[in-house]
Amino acid sequence: MLANQIGHYSLFLGFFFSIIIIPISIKNYNNKNQIIDNKIFSISFFQFFFVLVSFFGLILSFVNSDFSNETVFNNSHTTKPLFYKISGTWGNHEGSLLLWLLVLTLFIFVFLIKSNKQPKKYRILTLLFQQVIIIGFFLFLLKTSNPFNYLFPIPKEGLGLNPILQDPALAIHPPILYLGYVGSSIIFSSSLAAVVEKHISKIWAKHIKVWILVSWVFLTLGIMLGSIWAYYELGWGGFWFWDPVENVSLMPWFCLTALLHCILVLEKRLLLISWTVILSIATFMLSMSGTFLVRSGILNSVHTFANDPERGIFILIFLFTLIFFSLFIFFVFHKHNSQEIAKTFWLSKETSILFNNWFLMYFLSVVLIGTVYPIFLEVLSGEKISVGSPFYHKLIIPFLIPFLIFMSIGPNLNWIKSEIKKIKIQIILSFIIALIISFLILSKIGLVGLINTILITVAFYLFFMTIKDFFSKKFNNYSQNFSHFGFSLLILSILFNSILSSEKIVNLKVGEEFSFREETITFESIENIKNKNYKSIIGNFKIKDKKNNSIQLKPELRVYNQPLTITSEADIKTTLYYDKFLVMNVVKDYEYFNVRYQVKPFMIWVWISTILLVVGGCLSLFRRSYEK
Amino acid sequence: MKLSTFFLIILVTFSLAKLSAAEKNEELKNKISKNIRCLICQGQSVYDSQSDFSESVKLIIENKLNEGLSENEIYDFLINKYGEWISYDPKFNKKTFILWILPVLLFVIGGAIIVRKLIIQKL
Amino acid sequence: MKNKIILSLLLLFFIFCFVILYKGLNNSNIYVPEVKIEKTLTKFNSIDLYSENKISSDQIFVDSEYYVLNIWASWCVPCREEHPKLMKLSKNKSIKLIGLNYRDNPKNAKRFISEFGDPYFMIIKDRNGTISVDLGAIGVPETFIINKDKKIIKRFLGSLNEKLLNEINLITK
Repeated sequence: MLANQIGHYSLFLGFFFSIIIIPISIKNYNNKNQIIDNKIFSISFFQFFFVLVSFFGLILSFVNSDFSNETVFNNSHTTKPLFYKISGTWGNHEGSLLLWLLVLTLFIFVFLIKSNKQPKKYRILTLLFQQVIIIGFFLFLLKTSNPFNYLFPIPKEGLGLNPILQDPALAIHPPILYLGYVGSSIIFSSSLAAVVEKHISKIWAKHIKVWILVSWVFLTLGIMLGSIWAYYELGWGGFWFWDPVENVSLMPWFCLTALLHCILVLEKRLLLISWTVILSIATFMLSMSGTFLVRSGILNSVHTFANDPERGIFILIFLFTLIFFSLFIFFVFHKHNSQEIAKTFWLSKETSILFNNWFLMYFLSVVLIGTVYPIFLEVLSGEKISVGSPFYHKLIIPFLIPFLIFMSIGPNLNWIKSEIKKIKIQIILSFIIALIISFLILSKIGLVGLINTILITVAFYLFFMTIKDFFSKKFNNYSQNFSHFGFSLLILSILFNSILSSEKIVNLKVGEEFSFREETITFESIENIKNKNYKSIIGNFKIKDKKNNSIQLKPELRVYNQPLTITSEADIKTTLYYDKFLVMNVVKDYEYFNVRYQVKPFMIWVWISTILLVVGGCLSLFRRSYEK
Repeated sequence: MKLSTFFLIILVTFSLAKLSAAEKNEELKNKISKNIRCLICQGQSVYDSQSDFSESVKLIIENKLNEGLSENEIYDFLINKYGEWISYDPKFNKKTFILWILPVLLFVIGGAIIVRKLIIQKL
Repeated sequence: MKNKIILSLLLLFFIFCFVILYKGLNNSNIYVPEVKIEKTLTKFNSIDLYSENKISSDQIFVDSEYYVLNIWASWCVPCREEHPKLMKLSKNKSIKLIGLNYRDNPKNAKRFISEFGDPYFMIIKDRNGTISVDLGAIGVPETFIINKDKKIIKRFLGSLNEKLLNEINLITK
């Protein structure tokens, strides 16, 4: 009860501070001081502090199962384990918006503290632009999505949380994802501020690069966690479904990756300024569009929050206001600089980064158009179509081939100009090696289509090039090396996993067995166990191979009582070489179970390679602090 | 050392027997079910869903495959019954050509702009 | 100058997007079948629930001006709600009311009928749901009006209420 009240009033206090910081900042902007007034630091801190208190108030309400709070009532239950009561706080629409506010206010405060080497006016303007976003979210929260609505009379029990959401990976996925997603708000605000204050320089690039890296690292991790959750929890052995909600997290990632490369060019040579600013705007705008698409009910998806057109209209107006606002600033204040680019030779690192951006923007457009086209078509013609994996695969995979080639050659080029002769031999030799290895492998597994063949070759090419770079004497850019290597490994593991995976779906009774590819799978027995908030039906399966080695897999069915749902938990045996995946489902009216058994080679390498990708980014962050 | 073990494993994993016709049909059935939407679910394919509708459609797919219909014929059959909303692979027709062409068009335009910029300063 | 043109084009583009997305908000996400074109019934084979005789659609859809095909199941709660309406509908002399028992246990289906009454001229079984897919149906309850040329002229998703009942009676006069 009390936690609820405190949380609610804190929110108002935070809102109050978010408003009063504006006139004070404007005054500071206009005066002749070179430093930011201490008051501004304090107010920014209080703004964050009260949002934090509010957030804790909500967490406490969940922990105490305080059903006088409508959000808690809708999303929790007394029998829920403590860990999931806590993570239930941000697993719903209102709570997740409070998390948005938390990250927004935290990041601007940290920005103010860490940017003291930058000019005052630039910092204040960044603050002001960020406040526009913050106030927008406060209004959205207070007007349409208040996490602290009261219910009276107080219900005795809550409606419960969807049991599929009671999973550790899913519990930490939103906070990590938001640190990336919402963190790009700072990049947005500061880029616009830099444009207005004409502060785009190598110093600015160095300073903003940290924020871009941090945002990128968290966004990549967040996406990976979501995929891991889908793989382990959703029971079908897939990890990416081109579902609108997944696409919506991937789109800012493309922009942010392109932005990361642009900022490198900007730092070294002060080029690609327009690209940098536009990408900064686009990343955050895509994050916000994502929020719109997922929360307004406009799209049909397995992950959408509750549909509410009123919220949709608010975000839509807010989003487009920000778009028009940033367009205006860009066109009024930005001066195009075309001098430096004249000195750049066509075969150079700058050009390869330009090509990289070109491809990333293409991938972005494929995902964006695929996701929103059905909406446009339906409004304009009344027809409903679905856009799923076949579309994305057909348009993305062929273009990965030149993309991987550029990724292999690019880091070997020099800034400004590369001598064609010097690089020729290395590059061609590596290519030949890659070709030979791919040929050897494919002759064993059979031709899997021309495109897949070439794709494997170029992925191996990148793989070997990055390894060669790692060992070469004059090489010292380990962060880029790790990340590119990780990326090649990611493509290779996804490719091999999808080509080599196999599955069998059978209906089985207890005691029966079936054979699949030199293994025998026996359905040995069933156990019934009662847990805290669900009943568990565990199937014992033995998988025996030709040599009589056997493993036990125990997929589980959970029958939850509030709300009444049955979920299926797969049992997965993971090794470095394969994942063995077993899941069972009830068949209505019959005594047998529907059993799905999958063998998925190299599955774990998908996660390992993504982590390598992230490690590369972290290396860059730590290298900078070492350099200081 | 590690690389060769890596390749050895791939080669070992790959001494596979050729797939039988029945297995091929089952693989095809799974492939098709992944591309068909479950119409009473929120964003799931019939492969992913255990609903009555999904089970019936999967059975239809299996029957049609055994009758000898090709993959495309099965998609056409289902689209004929339920409309294009059921297929996750949008057909290329006058309703969807923008969907397919626009990204590639943007790619080509982007490329043209870049090439123009690079050529101009070469002169 | 070039900047101003680009800016105006972008503004127009974003305004267009805004309008479309705004309108899109009001569109439903639930599948609603379009019955613009009258589809002809494809031939299917089935088994009578009580007599266990094989019967084909050619034999069912004869001798009547209109047919109303109702898909139902004993485990379906809305079917129980619409059942009284079906009892009323069975009194309409110009239609043959046919029941399609969907993915059901025949024992439970028979129990349902004996408990709530039998409005149907005939009940046929669709144990695995494939006949429903042939009809283009998505679940239970669902009702079709078919004319004497075996064309599906109207389709109702969900249970029937008074209003829909009147509509059916009006169409089949």
